[in-house]
Amino acid sequence: MTEARAPIQRPLSPHLQIYRITLSMAMSGVHRITGLALCAGMVMLTWWLLAAAAGQNAYGTFEGFAASWIGRLILFGFTWALLHHLLGGLRHLIWDLGIGTEGEEREWFIRANIIGSIVATVLLWGLLMIFGLR
Amino acid sequence: MRTPLARVRGLGSAKTGTHEFWLQRVTAIAAIPLTIAGLVLVISLTGRSYPGVRQILASPLVAVLLMLFVIALTTHMRIGVQIVIEDYIYDKNQKFTLLILNTFFAWTIGLACIFAILKISFGV
Repeated sequence: MTEARAPIQRPLSPHLQIYRITLSMAMSGVHRITGLALCAGMVMLTWWLLAAAAGQNAYGTFEGFAASWIGRLILFGFTWALLHHLLGGLRHLIWDLGIGTEGEEREWFIRANIIGSIVATVLLWGLLMIFGLR
Repeated sequence: MRTPLARVRGLGSAKTGTHEFWLQRVTAIAAIPLTIAGLVLVISLTGRSYPGVRQILASPLVAVLLMLFVIALTTHMRIGVQIVIEDYIYDKNQKFTLLILNTFFAWTIGLACIFAILKISFGV
């Protein structure tokens, strides 16, 4: 018979609250949050495809929701989260190669990520407007 | 004398190595061109009627790219959310419940999307 032992108490490394908040640190959190948001947003993509597969009526219902203000808000948020996560992922892949992890370069990547995602989202929705949202 | 269970309890790795770490990066690399293709698709579908949308979705190139997109993204999504759960949920019951639900979610989304794409493609 083995007796139940209490879990071993190991020292924990200090967590968020003891560090000075930096932009790159906050962006790490934003990458995770946008990832989670995209996970939820995949429900909308699935709805779109299933509706298209189901028929005219189901597709009309989806279009109605997508065209409502809440639908538009979700889609706009999804677009930004997608582009932010995409550019953030690209940044992480570049960093994985050991490029641009020091000082100024690192901060440049962070800013490019933020500005790039906003510019790309606005451009994309501009294109959508031109091609005629219904 | 220690049994293997006693030796591993409370310490040691799950012995899956870097498989999922690597898969997360592979799916990320795949997701970059596929997402761009997806955005081009969305722009080209905007403003089209239902038959027009179905016709484009049914074309082999679009359907295959869209299915690759779904496979890469649902795999990437499952691993990513799993990492977040493992990092922040300490309670074992909660953690394993969420991990299982996350796996169910990713597979359901993935399969539903692929089924829909195939149904549209085969025109049934």
